[in-house]
Amino acid sequence: MTARQRRMLLVGLMVIGVGTAAAFALNAFQENLLYFYSPSDVSAGKAPADRTFRVGGMVTEGSFQRPAGSMEATFILTDFAHNVKVRYSGVLPDLFREGQGIVARGKLAPGGDFVAEEVLAKHDENYMPPDVADTLKKQHQKEAGGQ
Amino acid sequence: MNLSEFLHMGGYAPYVWSCYGLTAIVLVGMEWAGRRQLQLAQEKARRRAQMGAQMAVAENPS
Amino acid sequence: MWLWFYQLASPPHAYRLLGLWRPWLLWPAIALMVIGVYGGLVMAPADYQQKDAFRIIYVHVPSASLSLMVYVMMAVAAAIGLIWRMKLAHAVAASCAPLGAWFTVLALVTGSIWGKPMWGTWWEWDPRLTSELILLFLYLGYMALRASFDDIQRADRASAILAIVGVVNVPIVKYSVEWWNSLHQGPSISVTSKSAIAGSMVWPLLVLLLAFVLYFGAILCNRVRGEILLRERNTAWLAESSLKS
Repeated sequence: MTARQRRMLLVGLMVIGVGTAAAFALNAFQENLLYFYSPSDVSAGKAPADRTFRVGGMVTEGSFQRPAGSMEATFILTDFAHNVKVRYSGVLPDLFREGQGIVARGKLAPGGDFVAEEVLAKHDENYMPPDVADTLKKQHQKEAGGQ
Repeated sequence: MNLSEFLHMGGYAPYVWSCYGLTAIVLVGMEWAGRRQLQLAQEKARRRAQMGAQMAVAENPS
Repeated sequence: MWLWFYQLASPPHAYRLLGLWRPWLLWPAIALMVIGVYGGLVMAPADYQQKDAFRIIYVHVPSASLSLMVYVMMAVAAAIGLIWRMKLAHAVAASCAPLGAWFTVLALVTGSIWGKPMWGTWWEWDPRLTSELILLFLYLGYMALRASFDDIQRADRASAILAIVGVVNVPIVKYSVEWWNSLHQGPSISVTSKSAIAGSMVWPLLVLLLAFVLYFGAILCNRVRGEILLRERNTAWLAESSLKS
């Protein structure tokens, strides 16, 4: 083996070694790396009961309630399997609306409601002009109506 | 579309224009720094070469 | 077959070629930038959800793409330099670092400015954002390590190892949005599948991505030439060509 081949092998082993170590480390800390829990996790009791965590899902259509003149909002967060009721008082981001994905940070209240300190809007990777979005929505409704 | 509407960016003007402005500043700065680094290196090399030529003459004054 | 490769790697040859290539990268880059920015700010329609705020994508995505591409280039150049003991490759790696670091800063800052109105936060410890921040620290660490050596050759070898080891972070940044729950959305443009952006909105993005790549190439030419001068300061060819000019 020439010196150059030895160096090549060494560089290759270094990348594989560090890559494997990183993969193991990330796997081991998977739990801690979890940025948010789903409503199913919360229902199954996987989320911490006594400390702050994040829960992410979609705001159920028609579930958003905020009495006039009040900052206190409630809505249902769903992952289409389980629901979590969220209570939040504060400013909501521009993209917040029913049917939108959001991530809320807060704690579980004794009654099972999630009391949020912060609500962030999550958007998807789709970008389109408003008229295209309208057409898509109408098509979708037609398909759903035809069934 | 009129100009003030364009500059207004549907109410997101501070966000949109600060992003474009910062990007422009960084891109121009990168180019400027690259040019300057090369210029300095070229000047240094020229001075070194002149010094070397003078020394060769001093050692060999024929 | 490898003759062109060794010719290219010879410092005087590379110094001359890089000077010739540079204008062919710089001017098309600037032209494409003008077209891309006009397309992104004026011609592209506003997004159905994000309205005009979505236009930040045209500076955010090219910066973020470049931050990863430049790192891969730096690591590959460092590996070539280490394995083939090639000075030119080390010069390329050293030149990539400050440029990549600036693209990373741009990606982080424009992302943050975009995140405030859309997500509702300047910063979150989300996997994508965190791994991109680690990328910045890798670039800074690489530059700090180089600066701590007086001898260029020792700096080249030590920093090359850091660059190569740090490459594992690149797939983590890229796939973080798929591997973990994250606030950041998935990729909108993809080589293998249909892009998730409407055609009228995607073309300025592709134009600007190409413009950024060419612009980076143009600056890299200058930086590598500077690095060659630094490394070759005691050679005859440099003395000759410096006296001529």
